[in-house]
Amino acid sequence: MIYARGLVKRFGEFTAVDGIDLDVAPGEAFGFLGPNGAGKSSTMRMIGCVSTPSGGELRILGKDPVRDGPAIRARLGVCPQTDNLDPDLHVFENLTTYARYFGIPRAEARRRATELLEFVQLTEKATSMVEPLSGGMKRRLSIARAMVNEPDLVLLDEPTTGLDPQARHLVWERLFRLKQRGVTLVLTTHYMDEAEQLCDRLVVMDGGKIVAEGSPRHLIDTYSTREVVELRFGDEAPSSYVDKLAGIGERLDPLPDRLLLYSADGDAAVSELHRRGFTPSSVLVRRSTLEDVFLILTGRTLVD
Amino acid sequence: MVTAILANRLVASPSRIGAVINRNVGALRSGPSYWLVLVSGFFEPVLYLFSIGIGVGQLIPSLTLGDRVMSYAQFVAPAMLAVSAMSGALAETTFNFFFKFKYVKTYEGVLATPVRPMEIALGELLWATIRGSLYTGGFLVVMIAMGLTTVGWAIVAFPATMLVGLAFGAVGMAVSTLIRGWQDFDLMFAGQFAMFLFSGTFSPVQDYPLGVEIVIGITPLYHAVELVRGITTGALSLGMLGNVAYLVAMGGLGVWLANRRMTKVLCT
Repeated sequence: MIYARGLVKRFGEFTAVDGIDLDVAPGEAFGFLGPNGAGKSSTMRMIGCVSTPSGGELRILGKDPVRDGPAIRARLGVCPQTDNLDPDLHVFENLTTYARYFGIPRAEARRRATELLEFVQLTEKATSMVEPLSGGMKRRLSIARAMVNEPDLVLLDEPTTGLDPQARHLVWERLFRLKQRGVTLVLTTHYMDEAEQLCDRLVVMDGGKIVAEGSPRHLIDTYSTREVVELRFGDEAPSSYVDKLAGIGERLDPLPDRLLLYSADGDAAVSELHRRGFTPSSVLVRRSTLEDVFLILTGRTLVD
Repeated sequence: MVTAILANRLVASPSRIGAVINRNVGALRSGPSYWLVLVSGFFEPVLYLFSIGIGVGQLIPSLTLGDRVMSYAQFVAPAMLAVSAMSGALAETTFNFFFKFKYVKTYEGVLATPVRPMEIALGELLWATIRGSLYTGGFLVVMIAMGLTTVGWAIVAFPATMLVGLAFGAVGMAVSTLIRGWQDFDLMFAGQFAMFLFSGTFSPVQDYPLGVEIVIGITPLYHAVELVRGITTGALSLGMLGNVAYLVAMGGLGVWLANRRMTKVLCT
């Protein structure tokens, strides 16, 4: 579905995407993970054929996005990061009007709009304008709109950013059903749970480059340990324990409020801790998540 | 192969242009707010015709233009007709276009579909021309009813007002792609109002000093007024071909620039 080699996007002096390789297979749910400014959205815009690559090779659905932009876009569904629903049109009209951009006949557009509103549970809102809808409803409408041309490939740029937990779960559930129907999904996110829930395979981007690639499980196994122990000490700064705890677990990561201890066997690490006479005020043994991988790979510095 | 690529790039799809126009019809279907916007735009030129054309016209017995003598209302009415074509189209391609272009990102959503910037530009321009033509059609009916032109000349004048709408709509759209924020609109409206007052609308340009007359001769509304007045008063002249050429060039330039700017801003 997507093939990229050495893909580059430059804006003047700034290189947003710095030579990435991608292969996305049909039916796959593929994720771009990375902090803000990592180049995820720029990559998505190139895949969506609205932004011309500055260098490298890109094929979408086997076609060249520069030459065959309209033909490729006819088979894509795009759900942008910030909703750009049409505020002058009511909900139903938003879908039928959008269908017309794809050349879908009027009657068929109405049939699909009815069906899609059902799918995203917005049937009662059909004649409401867009503005009074909640964030979750708007996002669901955006997803419905992206489906109106029955696309082969759906691009979702941060599909659940800014939604409350209920709305997120509903969106995830709908996206999962699309995936079951065989639709190829490509999404960006900086939520680790979202990537773990939805993606078969993902890449971690940082500074315009791909820094890791694989299934969520594979990434956790490769870049983190099976378990993580979160330790809090009442008295001193966590960093002061780094030397004292040396040799326990595989890696120590002091945060301002707690110490992360990466270990294949969390319980064994805790036993060792107690044997050496340390008495942390709280101990939490948990499974390693993508978040750990993400923070290991992209660091803890805040990026804007 | 090369021709296929060129055709793909240059030719706009009529059905996609139609879909862009359809979006505005959809806005009319969605509720009353856009209807109010449309209807209100009709009245301004009509009110000017009544207040100045008829009202002030009472003080001016008749007016001689070249070798023709006409009533003041006959002189002002075609100018107001041209103005209603201009302001109808401009309202669409400035305010509405700018809002969709810059703030609500409507076009970003549209460009994610097979529709291309040129098709958006042409679709919005045609819609703006339709809007302007609704006003001029109504205005021509008023003119016929008041005996300010004949049915025959009104039928000829109607397509001329469409050209006026097209030309102003296109340039308005190009300007909208360059505008930074609402404050720039004040500048644009000042320019629009100056043209409205001095383009041979309320008094013949020959009455101004030569320098001023030349400046006016460069501005677009003058050409629109000359063209439309020549038709509604039934005094065709060769110079009107120049007016047509001016308006056609203006429209072409506007579309070209609007397409270029939209591609640059939205497709990076």
